[in-house]
Amino acid sequence: MKVDLRINGVSRTADIEPRKTLLDVLRENFLLNGTHAGCEHGVCGACTVLIDGEPVRSCLMFAVQADGYEITTIEGLAPAPGELSVIQDAFCETHGLQCGYCTPGMILSAHALLQRNVTPTREDIVEAISGNICRCTGYGQIIEAVQFAARLRLANTPRQAAQTDKSVAEAK
Amino acid sequence: MSADPATFRFVSTNRRVREDRRFVAGHGHYVADVALEGMLHVAVLPSQHPAARIDSIDASAALAMPGVHYVLTGDELAAATDPLMNGLDTPLVKRHPLAVGQTRYAGEWVVAVVADSRALAEDAAEKVVVDYEPLPFVMHAEEALQPDSPPVHAAHGSNVLLDRTFVWGEVEKHFAESPRHLSFRVTWGRSSTVPIETFGVVASWDPWRDMLDVWASIQMPKYPDQIARALRIPANNVRVHQDVDVGGSYGVKRGIKQTVLVAHLARRLGRPVRLIEDRLDNMGGGDAHGPDRIFDVDLAFNDDGIVKSMKIRALDNAGAYAGRAPFQLGKPIGAIVGPYRMESVQYRAQSVTSNKAVQEAVRGFGQSPTNYAIETGIDKVAAATGLDRVEVRRRNFIRKEQFPYLIPSGSTYDSGDYHTVVDKVLAHIDFAAMERERDRLRGSGLLAGIGIAACLEPSGANSSFEPLLNEKNTTTTWMDSCRIVVDGLGFVTITIHNTSSGQGHETLVSTVVGEVLQIDPDLIRVVRPDSLACLPSNSPVGSRMAIMLGGAAFHAAQKLRTKLARIGAHQFGVGEDGVVYASGGVGVPGGKQLGWAELVNIAHRNYHLLPEGMEPGLETTHVMQVPTGGTLPKDGRVQMYPCHSFEFHVVLIAIDPAIGKPEIRRYVIGHDCGTVITPHIVKGMTLGGIAHGLGAALLEEFVYNDEGQLITQGFMDYLLPSAHEVPAVEIVHHCTPSPFTVFGQKGSGESGYLGAPAAISGAINDSVASLGISFNKLPIRISAIGDAIAAAQPAKSKE
Repeated sequence: MKVDLRINGVSRTADIEPRKTLLDVLRENFLLNGTHAGCEHGVCGACTVLIDGEPVRSCLMFAVQADGYEITTIEGLAPAPGELSVIQDAFCETHGLQCGYCTPGMILSAHALLQRNVTPTREDIVEAISGNICRCTGYGQIIEAVQFAARLRLANTPRQAAQTDKSVAEAK
Repeated sequence: MSADPATFRFVSTNRRVREDRRFVAGHGHYVADVALEGMLHVAVLPSQHPAARIDSIDASAALAMPGVHYVLTGDELAAATDPLMNGLDTPLVKRHPLAVGQTRYAGEWVVAVVADSRALAEDAAEKVVVDYEPLPFVMHAEEALQPDSPPVHAAHGSNVLLDRTFVWGEVEKHFAESPRHLSFRVTWGRSSTVPIETFGVVASWDPWRDMLDVWASIQMPKYPDQIARALRIPANNVRVHQDVDVGGSYGVKRGIKQTVLVAHLARRLGRPVRLIEDRLDNMGGGDAHGPDRIFDVDLAFNDDGIVKSMKIRALDNAGAYAGRAPFQLGKPIGAIVGPYRMESVQYRAQSVTSNKAVQEAVRGFGQSPTNYAIETGIDKVAAATGLDRVEVRRRNFIRKEQFPYLIPSGSTYDSGDYHTVVDKVLAHIDFAAMERERDRLRGSGLLAGIGIAACLEPSGANSSFEPLLNEKNTTTTWMDSCRIVVDGLGFVTITIHNTSSGQGHETLVSTVVGEVLQIDPDLIRVVRPDSLACLPSNSPVGSRMAIMLGGAAFHAAQKLRTKLARIGAHQFGVGEDGVVYASGGVGVPGGKQLGWAELVNIAHRNYHLLPEGMEPGLETTHVMQVPTGGTLPKDGRVQMYPCHSFEFHVVLIAIDPAIGKPEIRRYVIGHDCGTVITPHIVKGMTLGGIAHGLGAALLEEFVYNDEGQLITQGFMDYLLPSAHEVPAVEIVHHCTPSPFTVFGQKGSGESGYLGAPAAISGAINDSVASLGISFNKLPIRISAIGDAIAAAQPAKSKE
């Protein structure tokens, strides 16, 4: 059946089997390979994407269910080709990854956290990424990356324009 | 050591890891991202029985489905290919990618279905009808040892793959002389590394070029050779693409059976074929389980807690086929006494087949289970003598001035300063304060304990355990290589010859070459040729790449530097020792200078200016032999790995007795892996290793029930540590350089994992000691702790 999906701000159409997961459609129909399959039963979080800004496991969602929502994949986070977002850059700064397989899902979960909480505590970060299993890092440098990104984002928020900054305003 | 740490420009500095950039953007290149024109997909049908004769296979309904191309059985595949390689000399333990004639574990792949999509292949696999005749089976190692147990491989005659006893030194004499003895058993549960990416492989066959192209999430020595042998084709008809990012491995990504299966199908069907395991395929039949081991240990010691001798028997349940699993009993021989001065050791290594899934190499290759056994023993010596656990370790440690130190089993430890590391860790912690905190927790009604573990990480991987356990194997080298090419415009490209699964090898070699050539590492390109264009590599196993790939890069860069110096000296009409190389240029001190661009130009374009006999161009290669390697075993002794990193763990755990859940309150590790080349990478490996060790200690196990069925097949049951379970870890650094490596570096790829299970187990046992109970089997699950506490408090539980 035909679905209209809004992915990373662009409307895309595909003719798919209704049983196909959002994960498989993103990868196979739209060649967005940054979203990864890990367990395909909703535990590991490697397939995390954002649906209207909230982290969702794309292996547990049929693509047809995503019709009408804003889908953000890791490919939608970089502001321009070759240019990293603050959170992506922070993961590079602290080496918050090794093999990179869980990384897109991890970064999207962290991104969602920072969108709703500009000054997360360590516990907030642990809670936010606890649905994303990383087998390489033991999470230490991931937590450092999110803390670093939070500091950077805060430091880079123009003070006089704070009221108009969506994330800051929401956090308040 | 060939380099002076005081002058490091890039080594040991906090530089970024170059690989990270593509991964954070979602632009890694994993095997599942390889999509070839006309590619077909494989699903496998697993056996439901732990052992059964296959009477018939009816695939007609599956083949009748539109979009289904082929159904492959074990008989067809076995006729077309040779059995997969065994490590030991056990030729009648034949292993094929699909079961032949009978199945030997529940989950074993019986049939492979090829279709236009994976989903369709799975649908069709459900329609394949296999008639089985169930056979007797055996799940437990001790039962498998019995002569009357059902043999997993009837042709082999028994379930015993290996039963070898080594006696190093005067064990009986030392036992007789020692006033005190103790004996105990500990069991290491069957866990593994369980990467988040399953194994996957894509193969295509070009009949006009006679070429098999393979893309795989692989981490395996001699992979192309093994493919060629099994498929009975020349090895230069196999081209493995090494530019595939591997989504975690830590040892296990060795999908040779998957590769042979897919490669055969690609040749048979004339289309590219891929198999990406789903989680069930991976856990049940991916042949990637880890050690499953019982240790019986006897220690001979005195009232001062000095351990003179040890008898250690390791009985490992290898699963249904031999593979390399038995070798995981061999590697720990290289550090069989841990960091201690035991004078003699008797080691009995036993490996048996059973009707469980096949083992693969797991981080440490058997060292972490062995360390758990040794460290449990040291704790017991402390308890028996009434001495402090740290003090007993201190008394038994090899002392700094004793290095290089020959252990009874034939390996020489390169260097170490264990006492200083322990002192630094205890000072960092304020150990007395930690003990007070433990007592305070106990006073508040919790169970609380401190765990201690000291252990070694043998690193640099040669493969001496192969000839040690299999006399027909004469391997004495486990080389790795690096090539550096400077192009005509002066840009530098390094080639490395293996896949990587998160270890940051591109960062490693660019840092090392940048260091030697004194040029910016970030301007160096690193590429991975396909296997046909590769120099010899043995892949990133055994904590070897900082030593071996880093070493090869260092020596290749030194050769390049020497060539540049010779070119410069020739222009100046002086000898090589009359010039100085600095930051890419060559000059006579206080005199003429030639810069990088000029030297490159001469090498590439001015043959008339080159010294006589010099090859034009700028390219150097180094194939590196493992330091200290190169000799065959003698009298059951051999030098195992060249370098030995040290780690010392201290962990404080509190347990709510009503729940039984251990909570890690503090985790500190002292780590000495010599010179650290990239601090970010070593830190990450250590933290990740501790998390992995925590999983092995508390959560993870492939559990089979009495019917022979695997009951932890997914992540709902096989529990991986999340950010909630893994504590913040404090690392205390120390650097004792290795005399055998170019920068003094040692290995770190297994750090943390090698001591964490022992330390966590020790902390739990310290917590519950007051109840008169202890745990001697990993993982120590919450349920086991809760039940044991309840049973130990009968009055309380009745309330």
